[in-house]
Amino acid sequence: MVVLWTDALIYLLIVVILALGLYLRGKEHIKRPLQQISRSKIGMVSLVVLLFFVLIGLLDSVHFKPADDKKNEIISLLDDWATPLREHGEKTYSAPFATTLYSKEMMTLADGSMQWGYPRLEFGGRHLSNPEIEKVPDILQKTVYGLAQGASLIGFFMLLMWMLLVEQHKRFMRSSTAKTVWAVAFFMVSFSYALIYLSGYYHVFGTDKVGEDVFYQAVKSIRTGLVIGTLTTLIMLPMAIIFGILAGFFRGWVDDIIQYIYTTLNSIPGVLLIAASILMVQVYMANHEAAFTSVIVRADTRLLFLCMILGVTSWTGLCRLLRAETLKLREMEYVQAASALGVKQGAILLRHILPNVMHIVLISVVLDFSSLVLAEAVLSYINIGVDPTSYSWGNMINGARLEMAREPIVWWSLTAAFVFMFALVLAANLFADVVQDAFDPRRSGNE
Amino acid sequence: MTQYIIRRLLYSLPLLMGVNILTFVLFFVVNSPDDMARMQLGQKHVTGQSIANWKQQHGYDVPLLWNADAQGEKKITDTIFYQKSVGLFLFRFGVSDSGRNIGADIKERAWPSLAVALPTLLVGLLVNICFALMMVLFRNSYLEHAGIVLCVILMSISSLFYIIGGQFFIGKVLRLVPISGYDDGMAAIKFLILPVLIGVFSGIGSGVRWYRTLFLEEVEKDYVRTARAKGLTETQTLFQHVLPNAMIPILTGVVVVLPLLFMGSLIMESFFSIPGLGSYTIDAINSQDFAIVRAMVFLGSVLYVIGLLLTDISYTLVDPRVRLS
Amino acid sequence: MNNPILAIRHLSVTFNHRQTVVDDISFEIHAGETFALVGESGSGKSITALSVLRLLPNNARLNAEAVNLHGDNLLNHSEFELCKIRGRRIGFIFQDPMSSLNPVMTIGGQIEEVIKLHFDLPRDAVKQRVLELLQQVEIPEPQQRIKDYPHQLSGGQRQRVMIAIALAGKPDLLIADEPTTSLDVTIQAQILGLLKAIQQQTGMALWLISHDLTLVSTMADRVAVMQQGKIVETGLTAEFFNQPKHPYTRKLLDALPLMQSCLAHKTEEKPPLLQVSDFYCYYPIRKGIFKRVVDFVRAVDGVSFNIQQGKTLALVGESGCGKTTLGKSLLNLIPGSGRVVINGVELNALTGEALRKQRANIQIVFQDPFSSMNPRMLVGDIIAEGIRALHPKASSDERKARVRQLLQQVDLPTDSALRYPHEFSGGQRQRICIARALAVDPKLIVCDEPTSALDVSVQAQIIQLLKTLQQEKGVSYLFITHDLAVVAEIADDVAVMYQGKIIEQGSVAEVLTQPKQAYTKKLLAAVPVLKMDH
Repeated sequence: MVVLWTDALIYLLIVVILALGLYLRGKEHIKRPLQQISRSKIGMVSLVVLLFFVLIGLLDSVHFKPADDKKNEIISLLDDWATPLREHGEKTYSAPFATTLYSKEMMTLADGSMQWGYPRLEFGGRHLSNPEIEKVPDILQKTVYGLAQGASLIGFFMLLMWMLLVEQHKRFMRSSTAKTVWAVAFFMVSFSYALIYLSGYYHVFGTDKVGEDVFYQAVKSIRTGLVIGTLTTLIMLPMAIIFGILAGFFRGWVDDIIQYIYTTLNSIPGVLLIAASILMVQVYMANHEAAFTSVIVRADTRLLFLCMILGVTSWTGLCRLLRAETLKLREMEYVQAASALGVKQGAILLRHILPNVMHIVLISVVLDFSSLVLAEAVLSYINIGVDPTSYSWGNMINGARLEMAREPIVWWSLTAAFVFMFALVLAANLFADVVQDAFDPRRSGNE
Repeated sequence: MTQYIIRRLLYSLPLLMGVNILTFVLFFVVNSPDDMARMQLGQKHVTGQSIANWKQQHGYDVPLLWNADAQGEKKITDTIFYQKSVGLFLFRFGVSDSGRNIGADIKERAWPSLAVALPTLLVGLLVNICFALMMVLFRNSYLEHAGIVLCVILMSISSLFYIIGGQFFIGKVLRLVPISGYDDGMAAIKFLILPVLIGVFSGIGSGVRWYRTLFLEEVEKDYVRTARAKGLTETQTLFQHVLPNAMIPILTGVVVVLPLLFMGSLIMESFFSIPGLGSYTIDAINSQDFAIVRAMVFLGSVLYVIGLLLTDISYTLVDPRVRLS
Repeated sequence: MNNPILAIRHLSVTFNHRQTVVDDISFEIHAGETFALVGESGSGKSITALSVLRLLPNNARLNAEAVNLHGDNLLNHSEFELCKIRGRRIGFIFQDPMSSLNPVMTIGGQIEEVIKLHFDLPRDAVKQRVLELLQQVEIPEPQQRIKDYPHQLSGGQRQRVMIAIALAGKPDLLIADEPTTSLDVTIQAQILGLLKAIQQQTGMALWLISHDLTLVSTMADRVAVMQQGKIVETGLTAEFFNQPKHPYTRKLLDALPLMQSCLAHKTEEKPPLLQVSDFYCYYPIRKGIFKRVVDFVRAVDGVSFNIQQGKTLALVGESGCGKTTLGKSLLNLIPGSGRVVINGVELNALTGEALRKQRANIQIVFQDPFSSMNPRMLVGDIIAEGIRALHPKASSDERKARVRQLLQQVDLPTDSALRYPHEFSGGQRQRICIARALAVDPKLIVCDEPTSALDVSVQAQIIQLLKTLQQEKGVSYLFITHDLAVVAEIADDVAVMYQGKIIEQGSVAEVLTQPKQAYTKKLLAAVPVLKMDH
């Protein structure tokens, strides 16, 4: 097994989340908002969608070198499962579900004569002898077959769950929210099973310029999006929390210095700071080629740097919020009562200030997630995002954009990137809304 | 008031100094000028001589901070820090790595940037406020719920898709306006319609949502109840009481970005090939022209600092409760 | 009396389809009379008033047989028609004039708005009418004030502007929802006097909503008492106060603190516990480019006083006089300078760890029982916090036993320790705060308006609790308050504070019955006294 830097941080993130979960288990002020979230249909549905994405991202975060290693490459669990997709490359563009290439070229017929036409694809629809007649019924049949298989799989799973549940949980499962969640999960699993099943025979989202399967690209991009959305926050949180609380609590010269730092960082336009930093990373990597042996390690390092730089540019907002809130909290009477009781300042910070600003941290984490995913696409488009060799929706859009002028146009790369990104960001936005409603005291009327 | 402005101006000096030092560290300390030269000249066949040549050509052949070989004050002035960073304070941007005068380029390119960014901001503000007011007027109705859902959907779409979609449908399929390009004078208008339209549209989702929360916060305040108890109708209350109060955070939020409009939008300008500062920056990034990027970073932070000052001043103008001291 | 201005029949208001706040009430208001609706917080009295004009929040549902204004059922009117009645036929005054006035509109503009809305007058006449109104509510120099914004006025003037707005439509009925609750006692007296005078001039009916029975007894012709959404008793004021019928009404009247009780306090001398001399709290005012200190705000300006062991000193004054600042800076929560000696230890010489060790001597109980406890902590942990900080060696069993004991002392069930603050009512929370202060065995507790956020019946209980604890433990109190009636109930000695200085101090009977300073006299004169003889 090979652990890349971002993998390690993802594992760390999971450990942190688990530890936090254990620590906060049964705490009243966490339980009530969580119950509110679990009652919200939109919240739960978007959570299921998000978890689905996260699962794919996690599968893509376990890297290893395959046993029959010939090319000295590092692949992930997801790659291993998608080996057919990965290796079924075509020569160049082909439309979704196509059996022939997108452009005409000179091809050699069986009898040795040359002909100007659309050559058959090497893998897409190879099992068909007469594509023009057989294709549509074949696709329909395979869709139904895939849906049925997926449905029976999730159906079996649900039945198993139902049998294992005790009566108390069953009552919870009968609530309308739970039903909606199950319906969505059922639909999602069957649908994606059908997609996977179909992609064994066709390129369901077509292929790109070098003939790579677009479906595979879009799925691989999920990890990049998630990494940017989560690791950036993981990197910036300690800075924002420590600086914000210290500035608000101690005021005076501590506050002056911290304010100076974040105003300075803030005053540089974010994109330019990112651009400058990425340029420097590029120069550094170009001059230290020896340290970055394989393409994937190189891309991973750049991804990590991007997360760090985004973190550096984005901690100021949260820091300012936390400073303002701490300024308010330190005048609260319970903080004054604590210092009247002789509680030490460190204990006041940990016991009274930190728990009471956590809701702001949580809300800003979920709100930032979607904007970071969107930012990745924009940054990659202007070449200051992820490495051009790594899979990301930004790179997909960037690659496809140039083909917009082509007649007839190549639309499937854009569409695939759009659909995947939209699903993830929409789910994240909806979930963020529900989380905010539940945790923001001003919105929900709880303390 | 004057005293306040003077104090703020004095305060902005260390701020700009910080920006300057930060960029200096980023550009010259993290990677030495030798590294940059090697990068520029291509990795493979670089001789020491060609690196030295490149450095001399671009003025990087002096020490970073302290020139021990020079005489007198030249010990300080004959350094990269003095020549490349201190000059920025006097808006001496120097020449780009490709040999053009950056200051002149900036002057020329600022106006097209403004021509796109200002209408986008103003029209966007108007549209967003109108929609947000409408949603607040019809609050707790199906119309509002539909509006919220639409906003979330709109803000879940990457701005890249708005641009690509807009160019494709309006520019290519309907052929209403040119897809991209720019012209001087009034002829520019037909090139500006599409970017402004798309810029406004891509901001609607988050903008309307943000303004809606601002309005809703005001609507729940006590003075609105007073206004209704006076006998004002819902619409009158909204326009005569809620709007003026909510405009305070809205206006001051707009003022802070006003100076930055000169910088333009990176993506818009590159998609629509508008010769503004945004596309200037992108070209610099792509050709790895460090001098331009450095100049733009400094310019951006100066404009931001001006924006902060303008924000404070605008508070005193729109909010009778605020007095600066 | 057969033709009421306002007649409400079977009115109910429900929030979120669950919570019934107003429960099937009916009453009438007649022309020219003052009708008072009295009740404790949460009894639904304000909601009743708002529902007449349908100004309820969105999640409220109104249900009524009829709301008749001059026999005309308002329920049949559309929202648009109601706008012609609001402000014109019924004027409304709200509790907090600061938040109820539009902060970015001149007061002239806000009054003008009503006149323009309901009367078709030329511009000059409108201007003239605004001036008239400002004169009527006795605002000095109305010509200049017209262009002022609400924040430039004092609290009393703001409430006068609110009254002017309500009067601008020449209404037949004026609803005043706790019109003086947020004001100082002297201002309160002025505003009430003004309302009475205006009512006599115009002959309109006044519907007064208040929690304050003494205030009602001086103002109203008829009284109705609300409890949990129901009207439990209605009657003429004289009858009502002399022969209350309903047990709840009797309970409310019994809970009122009485000024006469000040005579009952013992006067024996005890050794001094706390000695404060020449105490100052200055805040610098900075100006200019380099923020030089040009002057100081003298929040506490050289005060000296003693507190005797086991006794209570009441610190009385109006808002902004520096009494809270003084209380907090005695505990070193706010920096102050001067000699503070408690129990023989000089506090102002101490800093850091040495100061922390002495913290056990003085503790504090705050005004707002909602913000004085960390919502994220269990009540048991809140009470044990001081023990943990000052006696780090105590084992967790010892701490638990101590918390149980403290909860018993403040009359709370011992299982409260495992619950969160939000599960308790205001009075219960204040008990928890007292237990937290007691946990470190202080010699002195600074009580910063501990009862002013509470209902009158709860206030009486808390005062009783404080008295009992004083007898049991011999703890002294510095009782900071604006309410002279409470002072009479609890204090042994009184210090009157005005603009940062103590202007008069002495035993409670002395100061309250024979005040020497003009300011003290003014304060005492402004205290509403329960009027039993109508």
